[in-house]
Amino acid sequence: MQRALVVVVLALAVAFPLVAEHYGAIYYLSFTSRILIYALAATSLNLILGYGGMISFGHAAFVGAGAYTAGVLLVEGVTSAWIGWPMAMLVSALLAFAIGAVSLRTRGVYFIMITLAFAQMAYYLTVSMKAYGGEEGLNLPLRATLGFGLELKDDVTFYYTVLALLVTALVLLQRLVHARFGRVIQAIRENETRMQAIGYPTYRYKLICFVIAGAFGGLAGALLASQNNYVNPSLLHWTQSGMLMVMVILGGVGSRYGGLIGAVVLLGIEELIANYKVAWLAALLPNYQQHAPLGVGLLLLAIVLFAPQGIAGLFARVLPTGTGDRG
Amino acid sequence: MGEILLSIRDLRKRFGGLVATDDVSLQVATGEVHALIGPNGAGKTTLIEQLAGAIPSDAGAIHFRGVDLTGKPQHERVGLGLARSYQITSIFRRFTVLDNFALAVQARSGSSLSFWRQRDSETELLGEARRLVEQVGLAGRETTLGGALAHGEQRQLEVGLALATQPKLLILDEPMAGLDPNESERMIGLIDSLRQRVTVLLIEHDMAAVFRLADRISVLVFGRIIATGTPDAIRNNAEVKRAYLGDKVTP
Repeated sequence: MQRALVVVVLALAVAFPLVAEHYGAIYYLSFTSRILIYALAATSLNLILGYGGMISFGHAAFVGAGAYTAGVLLVEGVTSAWIGWPMAMLVSALLAFAIGAVSLRTRGVYFIMITLAFAQMAYYLTVSMKAYGGEEGLNLPLRATLGFGLELKDDVTFYYTVLALLVTALVLLQRLVHARFGRVIQAIRENETRMQAIGYPTYRYKLICFVIAGAFGGLAGALLASQNNYVNPSLLHWTQSGMLMVMVILGGVGSRYGGLIGAVVLLGIEELIANYKVAWLAALLPNYQQHAPLGVGLLLLAIVLFAPQGIAGLFARVLPTGTGDRG
Repeated sequence: MGEILLSIRDLRKRFGGLVATDDVSLQVATGEVHALIGPNGAGKTTLIEQLAGAIPSDAGAIHFRGVDLTGKPQHERVGLGLARSYQITSIFRRFTVLDNFALAVQARSGSSLSFWRQRDSETELLGEARRLVEQVGLAGRETTLGGALAHGEQRQLEVGLALATQPKLLILDEPMAGLDPNESERMIGLIDSLRQRVTVLLIEHDMAAVFRLADRISVLVFGRIIATGTPDAIRNNAEVKRAYLGDKVTP
């Protein structure tokens, strides 16, 4: 049942550009690309937050580092995506290694605060990078180039590229979660003390997991840079980290499609509230469209209270498959 | 007495003003079941934590298989063959019984840095996990979640997880805690079945079990070992009687 749903959704995603072009709704193509990029970022956060139980409040640092790496390379004339995107992943992975190596020595609330602090340091670093736009951010001359006759500046090509990368990342992370490594990180979430007592150097495994998540966050950042033709420090701001966390919680902590569902729902709702005026609501509250976060907040409250496993958890209840991702 | 497997020399641990481990020296010989008994608060669990490497010692040395364990992290000690169980059950409650064992087997067989091959397709790993499930008497419960097991079964799993690391020395922290007589009997049978294959350091309050299982007994009181000897010698030791046993054991 769930598998059938996945196939249908994937088919719709593949067919979407044709439909959008036909109706001249190219804006929505770009909007959907953005959703998919955030889905990738949220999925990478879900690996550490959901499966690994590491409540990182600084994931925007890795997304931002990837975006800036890709952006700076573009400005400096390195336009190939084959160089820029792997470089973005590498830089984010290194940053994750450095931040993780220190943060993972702490636990609980201290871990949350220290990841937040590191991310804010990265944020201020980008603000002070005057050569690359500082606070103003950096306009990119062009999108990365793929070769093979594929033009990323074409929104349809870009959309398919993003879709392909997201699907690849989802498959890779899913394999990982059910491979030995994934068992280890989930067991560490469950009972780290016992994992040490049966012979696992848990710190090492958590750090590797953190680095993998950072690398995929960096890829999302690189895509975001090309998507917007622009990078600026706000990509690294703590509110971005918070938004990614909200996506994961909305979608489903530690669930395969949690990041994707969260990104779709969160960005979708923001878009709906901002661009579609509901007459009776506007009559009641004239400015309600400027307060989309309030609507999102109410939804988040409802999810946390009534569906602690997120929207994916609701799906799992309706469509039993027998293969829960948790535990 | 056979070859010395574990040698503890002048081991100390202070918590503020409290000396939890006060110059403890103790030797465990290969193949024996060595019981460590003593009143509550004597420092038994602290000593285990020091042996396992979960807390650092202030002074003294631990040699295991001739290797100085000072500064060695917990996982390396497990790798050398020193495993411990917990007094308060510490299992993977949201993992199935089989997955619990598979985790422990995985820790010592091959690399866990495997990102692609699905764990469920690793027949050798799962086969060994199944054998352990049977060995500790949990056959038929493979797919039950750890948290859904009865208390007695959880204790079997608790000991089983330590056993699954293939230890040379198995440190059991009150394995009988909270067991009814039937379950206790099963646990005693399990520990007895390990005799000769695994050396056991048994911390236990159930004196009937201790005197049935132990080859030698050490008595820990206020962080100090006050006596070590055969069950008979301990039973008749005047100091031990005064400090701990009292009328607990009727010879």
